[in-house]
Amino acid sequence: MAFGRAHTDGKVAALTESVAVRAVLIGLAMVFIAAFLVLPLVAVFSEAFAKGFGAYVDAIKDPIALAAVKLTFIAAGISVPLNLIFGVAASWAIAKFEFRGKSVLITLIDLPFSVSPVIAGLIYVLLFGAQGLLGPWLQSMDVQIIFAVPGIVLATMFVTFPFVARELIPLMQEQGTEEEEAARSLGADGWQTFRRVTLPNIKWGLLYGVLLCNARAMGEFGAVSVVSGHIRGVTNTMPLHVEILYSEYNMVAAFAVASLLASLAVVTLLAKGGLEWRYGHELAASRG
Amino acid sequence: MVIEVNQITKRFDSFAALKGLSLQVHPGELVALLGPSGSGKTTLLRIIAGLEFADEGRILFDGADAGDRHVGERRVGFVFQHYALFKHMTVLENVAFGLRVVPRERRMANADIVKRVHTLLSLVQLDHLSGRYPSQLSGGQRQRVALARALAIEPRVLLLDEPFGALDAKVRKELRRWLRRLHDEMGLTSIFVTHDQEEALELADRVVVMNHGAIEQVGTPEEVYNTPATPFVYEFLGNVNRLDCQIENGAVDIWGARVTAETQDGTHVPSGRVAGHAYVRPHDIEFTDNASAQPAIVRHVAAAGPTARIELEMAGIPHLIEAELPRQRYLELALKAGQKVMVAARTARVFPAK
Repeated sequence: MAFGRAHTDGKVAALTESVAVRAVLIGLAMVFIAAFLVLPLVAVFSEAFAKGFGAYVDAIKDPIALAAVKLTFIAAGISVPLNLIFGVAASWAIAKFEFRGKSVLITLIDLPFSVSPVIAGLIYVLLFGAQGLLGPWLQSMDVQIIFAVPGIVLATMFVTFPFVARELIPLMQEQGTEEEEAARSLGADGWQTFRRVTLPNIKWGLLYGVLLCNARAMGEFGAVSVVSGHIRGVTNTMPLHVEILYSEYNMVAAFAVASLLASLAVVTLLAKGGLEWRYGHELAASRG
Repeated sequence: MVIEVNQITKRFDSFAALKGLSLQVHPGELVALLGPSGSGKTTLLRIIAGLEFADEGRILFDGADAGDRHVGERRVGFVFQHYALFKHMTVLENVAFGLRVVPRERRMANADIVKRVHTLLSLVQLDHLSGRYPSQLSGGQRQRVALARALAIEPRVLLLDEPFGALDAKVRKELRRWLRRLHDEMGLTSIFVTHDQEEALELADRVVVMNHGAIEQVGTPEEVYNTPATPFVYEFLGNVNRLDCQIENGAVDIWGARVTAETQDGTHVPSGRVAGHAYVRPHDIEFTDNASAQPAIVRHVAAAGPTARIELEMAGIPHLIEAELPRQRYLELALKAGQKVMVAARTARVFPAK
């Protein structure tokens, strides 16, 4: 996992490299981070503000851009909580119980990782599209999924499906079932056991999984692109909107919306860092 | 509380963990389930607790069938091998857990819970650490917190899985004595699992020796040590010398002494010549000049401590024989490596080979 851990003991000394080696290694890492992470981020913002603050605000205040932001929040707002519930349930089942078909379930959870997002989008088109398997039936019921918001939510859910579960399964497997058994033997029911024992033990992994899931849900392009239909102001999410603006050579607007997406990522990271800093002692204690 | 285990069978896939096992535990007793790993002792303990369910057979608590009742309803105090303390809770909250999860209408007031927890923590001499987290405690302290937590729900029986397994030797010994004292004071029926024979013999009122999912022998520590019922018990409990021999018409000469062969299940030893094994404890080997004694050569002497251990080479026996002598007797005999001596077996037992 990505949580840092400070060295508090003196045992590190024996493993310390010479100053020159350290300087080179740290320098390499810094150059790499600067070139591949910091520089692009700076570029996004500098392009966005290339024609001044007014142009930036105008690009964002554009109703179509605002609709894209709203749709992105709707898609993430639905798919993240659902995947949170599913992820916890699936990892609980996989890590704490033995049952038939467990390996099949694990493989299925990984499916969205191994399938190209474009294919994922196509699957939904083939299923729910006008010419799709369920298309005529859906039309008779007057339900539109493809080229509409439900399709975008479905595609987002599919792509972000594994994030929470993948984060939790190894964590829960490592923790085993002894604490849960102890809770049950002390008279706790299933829900009390989950809420008072399991959940506190996995909350950091869960938070991390949700943050990753959220980042991907907001940033997903491929699958959403296939099912969206690119109807401006209606079925365009932020990444799709950025792409359209960019292909129209509307650089300031494209980078302005892109800067919003980038800011969301930065805020997410800051939130995670802040929580870790705030609850660091608890984190250390729970790892004893 | 009386615990009756009646013809319990448990399988894990194709592996038979328990094979129709029966046992009765009397009120206030401290019973050890002793056996090597894979003998089914932990499975039996978990079935008694309700953490595992038997495929066949019944568990009776005070005569009432507990078989379908879940662990939470059986009111058993279970102490896990690795303590299973709640890592994110303080010592106080760990011990309070069982009191806090009680349905609201029966739950004690918070102040009473805290008071009760402090009483329990004083009992296990840890009240001063009530604000700590488990990761800040030593192994022995965690063990005692786990015990206090199990006792908090006023269990009818205390079940301990390898309670001292993860502790170093010195702490283990202290904690063992302390647990025995606690058990005597509280009078709670207790069962603990161990693979350490010394622990079982020192701590328990009765020892249940298990092997391959079945009980080999049940008895007081003296009984199982002095009169083992089976070759397995002989070899598992304490040191023993095993000698190959030929049983003729139910008896055999061991170093000049006539020993009647026994069988594990009380059936008759087959007449005629059958292969057998004789068992002689190291402290039952005498250094003597009497008529039946056999010659031996001292190969090695380890004389540190209250008993001296002597390794002997004897004609016709492919491995070395181990003997033990009290220090005083050893000094009288002044044994040295290479010395020729005469030895006899004070007692020996013979079982037919399987």
